Amino acid sequence: MRKHFAEELDDLKEHLLYMGGLVETSLHRGVHAFLERNTALAESVLKETEPEINRLQVELDQEVLRLLALQQPMAVDLRFLAAVLKITNDLERIGDLAVNIVQAAMRPHELAPAIIDLPRMAERTQFMVHAALDSLVSRDAQLARQVLITDDEVDRIRDQIFRELIQHMTREPQAIELALSLLFVARNLERISDHATNIAEDVIFWVEGVDVRHHLQP
Amino acid sequence: MPNATRNPPETGGGIDFGAALPGASGNETAAGRERIAVRNLNFYYGSHQVLFEVQETVHEHEILALIGPSGCGKSTFLRCLNRMNDTIPGSRLEGEVALDGRNIYGPGVDVIALRRRVGMIFQRSNPFPFTIAANVAYGLKVNGLARRRSEFEAVIERSLRAAGLWDEVKDRLDKPALSLSGGQQQRLCIARALAVEPEILLMDEPASALDPITTTRIEELAIELKARYSIVIVTHNLQQAARISDRTSFFLMGRVVETDATRKLFTNPSRQETEDYITGRFG
Repeated sequence: MRKHFAEELDDLKEHLLYMGGLVETSLHRGVHAFLERNTALAESVLKETEPEINRLQVELDQEVLRLLALQQPMAVDLRFLAAVLKITNDLERIGDLAVNIVQAAMRPHELAPAIIDLPRMAERTQFMVHAALDSLVSRDAQLARQVLITDDEVDRIRDQIFRELIQHMTREPQAIELALSLLFVARNLERISDHATNIAEDVIFWVEGVDVRHHLQP
Repeated sequence: MPNATRNPPETGGGIDFGAALPGASGNETAAGRERIAVRNLNFYYGSHQVLFEVQETVHEHEILALIGPSGCGKSTFLRCLNRMNDTIPGSRLEGEVALDGRNIYGPGVDVIALRRRVGMIFQRSNPFPFTIAANVAYGLKVNGLARRRSEFEAVIERSLRAAGLWDEVKDRLDKPALSLSGGQQQRLCIARALAVEPEILLMDEPASALDPITTTRIEELAIELKARYSIVIVTHNLQQAARISDRTSFFLMGRVVETDATRKLFTNPSRQETEDYITGRFG
């Protein structure tokens, strides 16, 4: 039994989950900063979580390379390390997209017309990130598949929001600026959900050895 | 940073990398026809059974690696493939080992001729206390494969070249083989095995006593030799098996747990025991 290697893998996973937690915090704060027009919350992302996320990405990637070189992992361990390398990338991107939302929150904006379902889209997106990370914790490919399904739902909400905002802009040209800022946030949420999908796919690959990306395999 | 585009290049689409690689799917290999077929092989040392119902095939132009913990039976199995176990007192074999469809344990098989076709390289290089040239020529003499001096010289050069040793020893062919370094001795033994033009090479941990550079040379040699031979290699070095073989068999307590394309077995094995072994979680 390679006890030390197993411990190092556990440490790596813990580290990755810490990074995941920070990304969730960034996203949560970004969404609330926007919906509640809370600039202090927005600033905390830029000052606290974002730099830490970037630092962790570099640190984790170095750690993966070290383990690949020194431990020459096989099978499930090899798949795990390959997955970590990709997941850090997706987490860092989610962090960046959360920063985009934060920046939108810091610009003067008005809240959405009641018809616009941005809060629900934000909730679904946050669920996806959370569930993707949970599936990583518990090696739960079923939960990871749930994330993939939710992505379709988020895409549908985005389409609906886009349609409604276009109608809104056509009716009220003076609302274009507001509508654009909502579009911008919706677009960023949708991309975050895509990265959460990537993470879920990596978890399935790690746990089952099956590559489900692009529907190439069932 | 904007989201990088993930569109395939204009010319792209549908490149199946797997299809071009040997051993890409299941038990098939790009290698050719079946050379050795082992069926229901049981092997005993006295009352102690060391192999249980082993099924295995070896194809043309492939390297099959046998891995597993010490005492799992992989070396015994390898030695069954050219009847190296015959002389062990009290040993007994059941089942069949067919070479090109003919059971090598059947009646009337000439064991010397069999071993010429199925050569063996051992863990510890074992050159004879002769000159370098005489070592390579030994099998030719035993098998009566060459008569004239020019014939011997041609085979010696060809074999030493094939073993990647010619340039290092061509000026001292009449020197004792034991004056060579460990890695050179091992390549000399490979040259000696190649001299009789075998069809299948069995290697029992051929690089386990060698330094990394010499090991690389032996591994590169094995890959080159694959073009002309089938190779079955026993190794304790999982990375070595992963690097050079097309297919890998995992042995455990005298049984074959799993045989699969090497790329599959080392990235996503089908059996939990295999995974436990190759990830070091075993025992």
